[in-house]
Amino acid sequence: MPDLKIILEFSAGAELLFGNIKRRELALDGDQKWTIANLLKWMHANILTERPELFIQESTVRPGILVLINDTDWELLGELDYELQQNDNVLFISTLHGG
Amino acid sequence: MIAAANCLETEKAKLRREIAELQAALNAKEQNLRDLQSRTAASHLDPEADLQHATREQYATLNNDDIARYSRQLILSDFGVSGQLKLKNSAVLIVGLGGLGCPAAQYLCSAGCGNLGLVDYDEVERSNLHRQTLHTVARCGMSKTESARIALLELNPHCRITCYPRLLNSSNAMHIMRAYDIVLDCSDNVATRYLLNDACTMLRKPLVSGSALKLDGQLTVYSYGAQGPCYRCIYPVPPPPEAVTNCGDGGVLGAVTGTIGAMQALEAIKIIIGLGDVLAGRMLIFDGSSCQFRNIKIRSKRPNCHVCSAQPLITGLIDYELFCGMNANDKDNAVKLLEPEERINVLDYQRLMKTKAHLLLDVRAPAEFEICQLPDSINVPLAHVLDDSYLQRFAQQLESKELPIFVVCRRGNDSQIAVQHMRTRLPEHSIRDLEGGLHAWTNQVDQSFPIY
Repeated sequence: MPDLKIILEFSAGAELLFGNIKRRELALDGDQKWTIANLLKWMHANILTERPELFIQESTVRPGILVLINDTDWELLGELDYELQQNDNVLFISTLHGG
Repeated sequence: MIAAANCLETEKAKLRREIAELQAALNAKEQNLRDLQSRTAASHLDPEADLQHATREQYATLNNDDIARYSRQLILSDFGVSGQLKLKNSAVLIVGLGGLGCPAAQYLCSAGCGNLGLVDYDEVERSNLHRQTLHTVARCGMSKTESARIALLELNPHCRITCYPRLLNSSNAMHIMRAYDIVLDCSDNVATRYLLNDACTMLRKPLVSGSALKLDGQLTVYSYGAQGPCYRCIYPVPPPPEAVTNCGDGGVLGAVTGTIGAMQALEAIKIIIGLGDVLAGRMLIFDGSSCQFRNIKIRSKRPNCHVCSAQPLITGLIDYELFCGMNANDKDNAVKLLEPEERINVLDYQRLMKTKAHLLLDVRAPAEFEICQLPDSINVPLAHVLDDSYLQRFAQQLESKELPIFVVCRRGNDSQIAVQHMRTRLPEHSIRDLEGGLHAWTNQVDQSFPIY
């Protein structure tokens, strides 16, 4: 199977937990089924550089970070169970509170 | 020639002095007038005299001044006389007169919003002026609501402005908010955001919510329309306090808060006059560094939402500081991680610094270190302490356990985290932090040392 190519993006400070890189193009093992849950595990093991508890809590994304799949809230798409498709764009946004 | 130049300088100095004196006298008289006006007319400071729907004047026509003033928006086909009248008869509450609230209030007032309520417990400080564009140097120390009121009335004397110079909380929020059609969340903390959301949901008022930090901004409208989600639908659980950064620590650019604040005014105007597609069920994400706007689709109402669902669990306002585990302001609290013997007073450090060999580590970010630093301090950002990379960098100095180590930061909070961590790695060294950080240095040792 060809690699599963997706784009990961981070916004509003979420990138600071991932080496301050806002956009990454990933090629994941195409022989495997990739849900968001698997992706989070992969991110934790491979690219999460700072304080993991500020990103993942109890196997899901911590409160205050929005997850968008192709610019749509993951809650509309099955959250952790969503199965990634070729060329999907996954965006993690920290919520801002300042003013 | 020199004599003539000197004479000119003296004359300029004299004029400047006279202008300053006149300005001061003018300010005093204006304040006098405002005090008298607020005593005679319905007091804009008296909570009992709050703007109420019953007393709000309703206009059926525009006068000539309105027509001339608003002509450029009146000729918009989607806006027109009916839009202007709706605006004139509307009442908008702005919570927070900071980086978001100033531009939002400015555009609403200029556009002809008839009634504005301004809520802010805080006073104007110099560090506000780069982004809070209604306030001025001369009004530092004044209540932000009063300072904004002065600026707004200069822009448009027809706007009726009510000031609430106090912290919005569970006991006063419903009373204040009830009189308004729309609420703008221009606040700077999580607790106030939940408070505004719950109150708006219970009062069925749209909440135009903006936020900004560093070069990023976010904007959406809550509790609007049958399917529009509330803040709790999107964020049922508050974030952990350690994940929340305020503008005082993270920094923020005024043009970014200005962009979001101006758009909050735009959404409010659209809601009032029924124009276009309101930003509900969607969120605008602004990344100022790449100048990209992104419009994302967020979920609609959560069927089991604790406040906005058909069977809500929360039917009255709660203690939001308790719920969030955070205070309803963006001020930093002094943390207390170290014992007194693990800290040193700045005055004691000043006595010691010249006589005793030591290592002074400044754990602020490089951009902050560049602003100001103590003599002979070495910049080691907190992250480099926590990931232990400093151990290698200072391997030589750390060989001797006799060399005392001091740690400093801006206010004496991060330095405690650093000392706590370093003690686990270097248990036999003397490691202390400077109590109160550089702010204490300015206050107790050297008043000429800059404060930020």
